[in-house]
Amino acid sequence: MRRCLTSCFVVVVLFVGPVFAQVKAKAQNVPEIPYESVPNFLKLPPGLYMGEAIGVSTNSKGHVFVYTRSANTRLFEFDQNGKYVREVGEGSYGFEFAHSVRVDPQDNIWAVDEGTNMVIKFNPAGRIMMVLGHRPDAVAGALASPAGPASPAEKYLFGRPTDVAWDPQGNIFVSDGYVNHRVVKYDKNGRFLKQIGSEKAGAERGQFSTPHGIAVDAKGDVYVADRANNRMQVLDNNLNPKAVYDNIGVSWTVCISPGPHQYLFSSNSNPNGNTPGSWDITGEIYKMELDGTILGKFGHASKQLGGFQVVHMMDCRNPNEIIVAEIESWRVQKLILEPLPAKTSAGR
Amino acid sequence: MKPFLQILLAAVLLTGISAAAQSVPEIAFDSVADLPKLPANIHLGEAAGVATNSKGDFFVYTRTGHPTISIGTARPFAHGGSRLFQFDRTGKFVREIGQGIYGFLVAQQVRIDPQDNIWVVDQMSGMIIKFDPSGQVQFLLGRKAEAERVPALPLTPQPAQQAAAGAAAGGGRGRGAAPAADAEAGPRGGGRGGPPGAGAQSDVFQRPTDVAWDSAGNIYVADGYSNARVAKFDKNGKFVKSWGQRGSEPGQFNTAHGIAIDAQGTVYVADTGNKRIQVFDADGNFKTQYTNVGAPAAICITPGPRQYLYISNSNPPEDIDVNGEIYKMDLTGRIVGKFGKAGKLPKEFGTVNQIDCRNENELFVAEIGNWRVQKLTLRSN
Repeated sequence: MRRCLTSCFVVVVLFVGPVFAQVKAKAQNVPEIPYESVPNFLKLPPGLYMGEAIGVSTNSKGHVFVYTRSANTRLFEFDQNGKYVREVGEGSYGFEFAHSVRVDPQDNIWAVDEGTNMVIKFNPAGRIMMVLGHRPDAVAGALASPAGPASPAEKYLFGRPTDVAWDPQGNIFVSDGYVNHRVVKYDKNGRFLKQIGSEKAGAERGQFSTPHGIAVDAKGDVYVADRANNRMQVLDNNLNPKAVYDNIGVSWTVCISPGPHQYLFSSNSNPNGNTPGSWDITGEIYKMELDGTILGKFGHASKQLGGFQVVHMMDCRNPNEIIVAEIESWRVQKLILEPLPAKTSAGR
Repeated sequence: MKPFLQILLAAVLLTGISAAAQSVPEIAFDSVADLPKLPANIHLGEAAGVATNSKGDFFVYTRTGHPTISIGTARPFAHGGSRLFQFDRTGKFVREIGQGIYGFLVAQQVRIDPQDNIWVVDQMSGMIIKFDPSGQVQFLLGRKAEAERVPALPLTPQPAQQAAAGAAAGGGRGRGAAPAADAEAGPRGGGRGGPPGAGAQSDVFQRPTDVAWDSAGNIYVADGYSNARVAKFDKNGKFVKSWGQRGSEPGQFNTAHGIAIDAQGTVYVADTGNKRIQVFDADGNFKTQYTNVGAPAAICITPGPRQYLYISNSNPPEDIDVNGEIYKMDLTGRIVGKFGKAGKLPKEFGTVNQIDCRNENELFVAEIGNWRVQKLTLRSN
């Protein structure tokens, strides 16, 4: 019995693939950035409740979009003051299990759903303009949970995709995801161009283990939160590996601020389930230069306002006003960062 | 150069690859890709079906919402997942039909008959639902399976499974194949011992795909993904006969995905997996086949004295770099022209699942892959 348990466990681990762990960041002596959390930021109308706050993003007007796992997965819009505006994509065929929402430079709203394996582009009015991926047909009925290795990654199908980003030309980059372990590049019309990584997880450069978030800078370089490899990988615009930042703990999610001087944010989120000791070594968000130089960090694991319960996504349109979505506090917080005291670089 | 081209052309003809396509003229066309205007809280999902009525209103049968299977019940039950909307010719939203109805699970097709009745084909409930023009249910063919088998058996009929399931449930559909479900499901279980895909001698369907009528009002059902037959009923829904089984011989089908009937009662079946249009007389006798349109998925026949077929060589939902073009063909199988290709832009197609061609040069296409309906205006040559 004991032997069976052991071998079975080995088999299960092999098939499950990436193991998510808490990791203390290697970076030392990183300055703390003081911040305040705006109390009661998002104001939902009576009868409407936030579930797990999975995706958050702002548009050019400062409106806040939240993609949440409620009874059904839903996408809400709030104005810059947190006043509820509307629901987007109500009852959409593409909404089953939220993972990311991002607003592109034209204020189109993109939702990434890891339940339907779809990336859905809404125009600013909230109408669906383009979809990537294909939801498995309901006619197949209730399927057994997949076991064994993932089938080969396909150009136009995702395996629990996680995030989406665009370069200045409008090319689309999708991090994909929990089943596949790759980054896919499409042109602005949704036609496949290239991928890096595959359906297999790996730790080499150019391989990924649960690429969980993605952002592209003004030069077109691609930053991937390579979560289960506990690192961020930087790719050039043609998806060639360029750099690895591995001193910031688990890179759960990544955000790049706009403007002439871009900043890079990465969250070493505390793990789901608040595993013993995890609050002591995780939960902080790093502010960096694009080259990986760490400027400072802020935040910590906690259930109180101002603390984080598994930050899943960040908005950094204003690099001094970070909006974070938390899985386990069903909450979106707006954080006002105080300016850094002096330009110091630390912890490279 | 010229002799080289001729050799090349000859080689292509000899190998039989897209021989027809080489010389098919392109039909110029325009598209309106955002015609239907929906209320803010309604969104099209996969647009499976589109059809117009005599007033120019159009109907869209779409896979949307949250298709669900209940838990904590004696057996798992399937709910929802598709809706039917009506728009006027300008795209203004008119109404929803069949909201919350029992038979809407996985939208497949909507067709409007000459009396403006609205016929819906649902692939998962296995039902053909006839609504009158006011939206009231007139009559039904088929019956939704009471419960789902969890986990489901593979949808694609395997030869061995097909034989076993054929004995148990009259088709390769996984849901009906479990003995317990079969016993409780009532109408399932017909067609015992018949050849694979032949189905029951009744209105028990296995993933039906399309419906059409002859001028006498007889009803023909393409059936479909898991069965491989055409079933004929009289205008009151009484079973007349059925023909076909799984295979590639004349009169056999490998996914009978669409059906159309001309004014003489000749039946045209889009036999997707066999990459052909099969032509039958009204009694199911094989007449001929057309093999020059790729893997035909959607088929439509124009009304009027000179009829044409429109046929879509639809791309698979997981690839927009192949196929996608629509052919215009006369009833003898001669291709008049073609237009379009797979893609996501307007004037490109994402897995066209239905074509409406009430007007020869003004088509509606419903796309699975792009979650939209396009209105196409063809420029006649």
